[in-house]
Amino acid sequence: MKYRILAVFLAAAVLMCSLCGCGGATSETPAPSDEIAPSSPAAPVNEITVGIAQDLDDSLDPYQMTAAGTREVMFNVFEGLVKPDSDGNFVCAVASDYSISDDGLTYTFPLREGVVFHNGAACTADDVLYSFETCAATSVTSALVEALSAAQVTAEGNTVTVALDAPNPDFLSYVASVYIVPKDYAEQATQPVGTGPFKYVSRSVQENVILEKNGDYYGTPASLDRVTYRIFEDNNALFTALNGGALDLVTHLTIDQVNNLTNGYTVLEGTMNLVQAMYLNNAVKPFDDQRVRQALCYAVDVPAMMELTAAGHGVRVGSSMYPAFAKYFDASLADAYPHDVEKAKALLAEAGYAGGFSFTIIAPSNYTPHVDTATVLAEQLKEVGVTAEVQLVDWNTWVSDVYGNRNFEATVCGFDASSLTASAMLARWVSDNGKNMINYNDPDYDAAYAAAQDPSLSEAEQTEQYMRCLEILSETAANVYTQDLADFVAINPALEGFTFYPLYVIDMACLHFAG
Amino acid sequence: MKKKTTRKKGNSFLYTGAVLSGLMLFLILLGCFWTPYSPTAMDAAAKFQAPSWAHLLGTDNFGRDIFSRVLQGADASFLIALCVVGISCTLGVLIGGLCGYYGGLADLALTRLCDSITAFPAILLALVIVSLTGRGKYNVIFALSILFIPSFARVVRSEFARCRELNYVKSARLMGVSDGRILFRHILPNTFPVLLPAVTIGFNNAILSEASMSFLGIGVQPTEASLGLMLSDSQTYLQSAPWYALCTGGAVVLLILGFSLLSEGLQRRNGG
Repeated sequence: MKYRILAVFLAAAVLMCSLCGCGGATSETPAPSDEIAPSSPAAPVNEITVGIAQDLDDSLDPYQMTAAGTREVMFNVFEGLVKPDSDGNFVCAVASDYSISDDGLTYTFPLREGVVFHNGAACTADDVLYSFETCAATSVTSALVEALSAAQVTAEGNTVTVALDAPNPDFLSYVASVYIVPKDYAEQATQPVGTGPFKYVSRSVQENVILEKNGDYYGTPASLDRVTYRIFEDNNALFTALNGGALDLVTHLTIDQVNNLTNGYTVLEGTMNLVQAMYLNNAVKPFDDQRVRQALCYAVDVPAMMELTAAGHGVRVGSSMYPAFAKYFDASLADAYPHDVEKAKALLAEAGYAGGFSFTIIAPSNYTPHVDTATVLAEQLKEVGVTAEVQLVDWNTWVSDVYGNRNFEATVCGFDASSLTASAMLARWVSDNGKNMINYNDPDYDAAYAAAQDPSLSEAEQTEQYMRCLEILSETAANVYTQDLADFVAINPALEGFTFYPLYVIDMACLHFAG
Repeated sequence: MKKKTTRKKGNSFLYTGAVLSGLMLFLILLGCFWTPYSPTAMDAAAKFQAPSWAHLLGTDNFGRDIFSRVLQGADASFLIALCVVGISCTLGVLIGGLCGYYGGLADLALTRLCDSITAFPAILLALVIVSLTGRGKYNVIFALSILFIPSFARVVRSEFARCRELNYVKSARLMGVSDGRILFRHILPNTFPVLLPAVTIGFNNAILSEASMSFLGIGVQPTEASLGLMLSDSQTYLQSAPWYALCTGGAVVLLILGFSLLSEGLQRRNGG
């Protein structure tokens, strides 16, 4: 017993030495470069293994899926009448064409000939009607249910017509979310059947999900014969498998993981498709004063923050819109508030806070990028005499307390779009919107947003109104906008064709082996 | 009370412990007044630098000087541990002393209460308390102080219960000395040989618990430095910047080792 303490420290010393050993072995490795030649020849079989970070345990039923990770996989299995492409436009899928009446009330979809479900049955207008009814009745996405409740779907021969009670400029994006499934097929939750370029084969709980090429696909068939998604709920295990070459493709990597990658895989950089900002509660003092919010925007140095947290990767944003929405994204808004300490101090003095003030930034502890951003911003704000304390909360607390009860001063987080529409990003800042977490209240903004909903507007005019909304958010400094975070993909160099989508999906149909 | 050690060779545990804790105390005091760099100053150009003369222990993922942060973190840990031990020791001695001296039903109830607190793993209970009171430095001090009371109360109670029957206490009582005076002037000093190792061990446990809680993200909040928080951050960079974890871990080890040796030495000196 006397030497118990010594023994413990001896054990600690041995552990430290072994840690030194593994650290020393890898710390000298150069950073991987995109030009490194493939370390292994193309796989002889035309199949790939993809590493994913979570099991698909919510549901495989197209209307019951909730997790973004599940949607990411099942995007390859299901299709709607139309589907989004990588530019954020809608292209025809089960429908061969679509037309919208001039008053915006009637959508007409002639169905494509020869569309066959994965179970061999032909897709008919009855299946489409059934899909719309089932989706409206059972979908877990409330915005979708709401949009469908104002629509009457009828079929005549091979043409499906949707009549709306009131014009809805975003209706097409909801149509894309109504996945077409065969009528009277009850096994969707365990053996899903759709019309996509891949068909579902099997799923082993916490192990893998297997998809196979749909040979009867009406469009260009997929090049890969088989895609196996391996599930790694532990981030380190996922990285080890990737670095060891057991996986061909892993998405959503961090800059630190990329820097530690040594197997010569190609690294592609995209963005996460969200708007990270220090969201300010516009209803609490001192953030109810526009000058204070503007002062904070001038006080922070976003490029320096990105350099510190992600070695400069990521794309700066200046309003509630991320760059993948090319139609609405205005890169110049990111420069609206250049780093200017003197101007920030002057604005603070004008607002009556010459001596600075203190506030708390809440950050969800499970999202390291947000915590890092909050830490750096808090340090930068010291320069203008503002003391920011960072407080970490777990995700559930954040959702209930910050998002639900709006009980916060400032929080660093990211907002993404649930569908490919500008309103998915902008509706929440309308003063009476239930999701207006920051209590933003600007009559000009409300007016511009309402104007954009006018069905008589042409697409260009509507875009103009949405752009105006974005400018108002920037002018009034609704939040301290920072960036769309960098999203890294590591891919077997033999694989080509990886395409980033403005949505949280990976399109397996565009991947193919070189040569 | 001043029993000389029976061992011929010197009490090496005591001396090494004293030297090591003295050194750490000096660094902690130094950290209160001076650090080579500001512990929160970030520098994008100096990210992940290995230990060098400019940065003794290297820099972290924000380019902050790890030595300065270790100094400040040890400072924070030390102050928290000091508060925790101070509060829990005072309350523990009061509760244990009164229970041991008077006995009876209150003694039984309080002893059982202490037993039931000890029955739970300390970190689990601390998590429960912090989830009720919220995160942050002061809540951690509160939670740990409550958890550490039983360990002191127990040790002190048995000493008081033993001394109560000794002749010098009996004679003091016969001479009409008041209970308060007997408790605190006569018996309390005689419990020091037992209390002192308990304090040093408690101190160690407090430092470790604070580090664990900060590691889990419920203790000291970011931007402020804390050894536990730094260890938690450093695990991401174990491969690319091993010095971050090693230096921070090393600081915890040295801090604990010094006080452990000191307490072991004290126990030996008292013939334990």
